[in-house]
Order: sequence, then structure tokens, then C-alpha cells
Amino acid sequence: MKKHLILFCFITAVIFFGCGKGKVSVTLAGSTAFQPFAEKIADEYMKANPNITITVQGGGSAVGIQSANSGAAQIGMADLVKLPDEAKELTSTIVAQDGIAVIVNPKNKIENLSTEQLRDVFNGKINNWKEIGGGDEPITVVSREAGSGTRSSFEKIVTGIKLVDKAVIQNSNGTIRETVANDENSIGYISHGILNEKVKGLKIDNVECTTESIIANNYKLVRPIFLLTKGTPAGEVKKFIDYILTDEIQLMIKKDGLLPAK
Amino acid sequence: MFSEKGVERLLSVIAFSAISALALIALFIFIEGIPFLLKYGIKDFLLSSDWRPESGKFGIYPMISASFWVMLGAMLVGAPFGIAGAIFLAEFTPKTVMHIIKPAIELLAAVPSVIYGFIGVVVLAPIIREVFGGPGLSLLAGAIILGIMILPTVISISIDSILAVPASFREGSLALGATIWQTVHMLTIKAAKSGIIASIILGMGRAIGETMAVIMVTGNAVMIPNSALDSVRTLTANIALEMSYATGMHREALFATGVVLFIVIIFLNAIASVVIRKKVITK
Repeated sequence: MKKHLILFCFITAVIFFGCGKGKVSVTLAGSTAFQPFAEKIADEYMKANPNITITVQGGGSAVGIQSANSGAAQIGMADLVKLPDEAKELTSTIVAQDGIAVIVNPKNKIENLSTEQLRDVFNGKINNWKEIGGGDEPITVVSREAGSGTRSSFEKIVTGIKLVDKAVIQNSNGTIRETVANDENSIGYISHGILNEKVKGLKIDNVECTTESIIANNYKLVRPIFLLTKGTPAGEVKKFIDYILTDEIQLMIKKDGLLPAK
Repeated sequence: MFSEKGVERLLSVIAFSAISALALIALFIFIEGIPFLLKYGIKDFLLSSDWRPESGKFGIYPMISASFWVMLGAMLVGAPFGIAGAIFLAEFTPKTVMHIIKPAIELLAAVPSVIYGFIGVVVLAPIIREVFGGPGLSLLAGAIILGIMILPTVISISIDSILAVPASFREGSLALGATIWQTVHMLTIKAAKSGIIASIILGMGRAIGETMAVIMVTGNAVMIPNSALDSVRTLTANIALEMSYATGMHREALFATGVVLFIVIIFLNAIASVVIRKKVITK
């Protein structure tokens, strides 16, 4: 019994000292849109710098702002068009941009919507596809839950949206894509990064949602992804943010569907 | 080392920590939720149908009505099948067969709810959309999925209460020349009534508390349903969908939603245990 106890103490001590010695840890939390990218970048970074531990947590943009404010995470991630008042005291760095693609079922004939039409569809003023050039079928609007970064960005850019009551609500980009892929009459919006052939991206005001059109500043529905820090970033936090902004990483981000910061 | 007294004390400490978890959960939900209810007004919160957290409007009436209708729908689906299944297994099948089928049905309860939800999204919703129209992700889909999910609860408690009817009752009826069916519907079911009702009420509790499967199949639109094909959002879905984003008043409103849910479920369970206890006393 005593032997075990001593062994246990020893192991615990080794673990604690092992981690404490020279290892610096940086925590990121927030936006689920940027989370997979941050994880990948963190892996790369830790490979190059074995003495640093980077932890990436999700939770959504609101959590990102909250935890940067409270100090629970050194870096908060947020994907909003405009940062809320709570983020005023934080230093923000744009590390990437993300387009929001408006999607319909591939069987839908519609190719293009104007901003006004888009607004009216999500307001419920237009509720049949025939009003905007489609078949005589009711429109099923699919949106995100209140508080989602993608939703608030979408509503801020399109402006004047008071989401129709009967809109179906899904709580992630992925489930919106599934719903639209399954329902011929539905319309939704997702991060450009996860657009695939199961759904059809619409042109907005005759501009297609592609990497090129977003970089050329032609596509309207684009939001920045912010990293938020308390005060100016310094030390390891600054090094990591600088690392994300290097050409190599920006190129990697671009290859995976997000857009470079500049 | 393990004296009688010592074991007793140890067990009581462990037992109390389990019970105090319940007390702590209740305390936590109420501490977080009650201040909001007082600030916002209980009447506005429960009876207004305007849920727009971004503009400070928190009315959960659509969610209350959605939870109610989904629960009722689940009852309409689950209760007849469950009770019929229980009667069949308890009265019309040999004991050995029942001992194989009953555990198999109880295994339904062990299937993770996300699996039910997935089947609902992939199989059920498209069928509803094609046959009846509408978005497919609807009250009806939720009711059917939940109806299946509560089957184990309804069936196993009903079977237990049917089997608890003394054999002498049955033998007397059969001796008088009644058929098995006559005995079942005129005697056994009546004698086992309170247990069957309790099984349904516990099933209701399960249905109203279910979250994951419901989020996946009901579509989560904030509206008072006009038909079974409308998309609805239940109380549980409301909390789970928005909790990760919510701050300030919004977060408190979700805890207050939890208070409402907590009270409903305690109420249902209290009725169920009163019904069951009544049966024991009258025996």
C-alpha cells in the first residue's frame, strides 16, 4: 500500500514538473467556423516549437469574446462582421476572411438572387419559388440559431432581416447543408469553406461565391475572422498570431476554403 | 478495518452525495433562472410568443405549446403500441418468449438518442415531406420518433404491472368460462390500470425531456404550430440550441426555460409515483 502511494506521488511529481518546466501554454477559444483551422495551425506550430502547448476550444464567437475578456483563453476567436461592445477593450487582429454562401438544393432552377429578394425570402415576404422565377413550390427557409456568428454576419450584411417565424433552425453549418441537400424547396446559408456538390451556391447580385470573387471584393457576403487578445499581443501569443499571418499558413488556410486576411 | 459502523457511514456519505447532486442541480437552475423570471415577468415569459433574444424579447409560449404537442403526439404513437405490446407479451406469449423479447425491447432504451435523430432526419423526414408536404422536419416527425423512444418505458412498466395482478384473479375468470381476451380486457387491464397509467406518465416525462433527437427532427422554428407538419421548437431544444452562444439576459432566459421544464417534469413524475403508490395501498 505504502509503496503504491510513493510511486503515485512520484508519477504525479514527474507529470507536474514535466509540464511546468519550460512549457508555455496558449489557449484559443470561440468561433466554430475557425476552430478546425486553428487546430490544424496549432498542430503545425507545436511541431516546430515543441516547448509550447496550444489548446483550441470551440464554443462560438460569443464564447470567444467572453473568454478573452475573462482571461479564460489568451486568444478569443470571433467571426462577426462587427464586433459587439463587449469586445471594445480587446485588441483584434484579422487573420482570415470567410464568405457566406447562400445555398439551395441542386434540383432548384434558381441561379441568382438580388439582395432585396434574399431579404424578402428570409423575411417571409416571398414564400413561393415562383415569385422569383422557380417552380410553384413553397420556400423552406433554413437559418442558424440566435447568437450564431454566421447568422449575425448574414443579417448584418443583408440588413433588414426579421427572420420569418416558420424558418427551420439548425445549429451548425454542417446540418444546414444536410437539410438543404435533402429538401428540394429549401434555402439556407453556410460558410464558404464547407460548400460542396451536395448543394448549389447561388449568385448574389450576379456575383458567384468563389474564392476569386471574394478576394476581388466583388462578393458581398464576407465576414472577417478576428483573433481577440486582452491588450496588445505579446510573447508567445504574439508569436503565434504572427505565425498565422505568415504566407505559408495563409496559403494553407486558402487551400482549405477560407480566405487570406489581406 | 471495515467495521459495521464504518461501512454504514461510508455508504450513507456516498448515498447522500448522489441525492445532493439532485438538490444542487435544482438549486443551480433556480438561482440562475428565478431572478430573470422576476425581472422579466412570469406572465410575459410564459405567455408571449415573441422570442427574439437579439432584441431582448423572451416569450417561450411557442416552445411550451411545441413541447406539449410533441409530447401528446408521442403519447398517441407510443401508448397504443406500448400497451398492446405489453398485453401481448404478458398474456398471450409463453414466458420463455417474453423473457427474450422484453430485454430486447428494453435495449431500445439503450440506443443513443442521436441515432434516433439521425434515422429521423435521413429516413422519416423525407418520407413526411414527400407524402404530406411541408419541410418534413416537423412536429409529426418528432412525435413519431419520440413515440418509438418511449416504447421501452411504457412496455416494461406495463408488463410488470400486468404480471403483478394476482394469478388467482385470472384463474377465477378463466374458471368461469371467460376467454383469455375477455379476461384481459375486463379484468387484468382494470386491475393493472394504475401501473399502465404510470407507465404512460413516465413516458411523457421522457418525451418532454428528450433533447438531441428532437433538435434533429423537429426543425426548431419558433412558432406556434398550426398543423402537425409545421416545424416546431421544444423547451429542451431551445436551451440546447442557444446555450453555447448566450450571454447576459439571454443566458438567464434559457435557465428560466430550464426552470419551467424542471417544474413540468417534477410534476409528471410526482403524478406517476402517486398513481403507483395508490396501487400498492389498494392491494
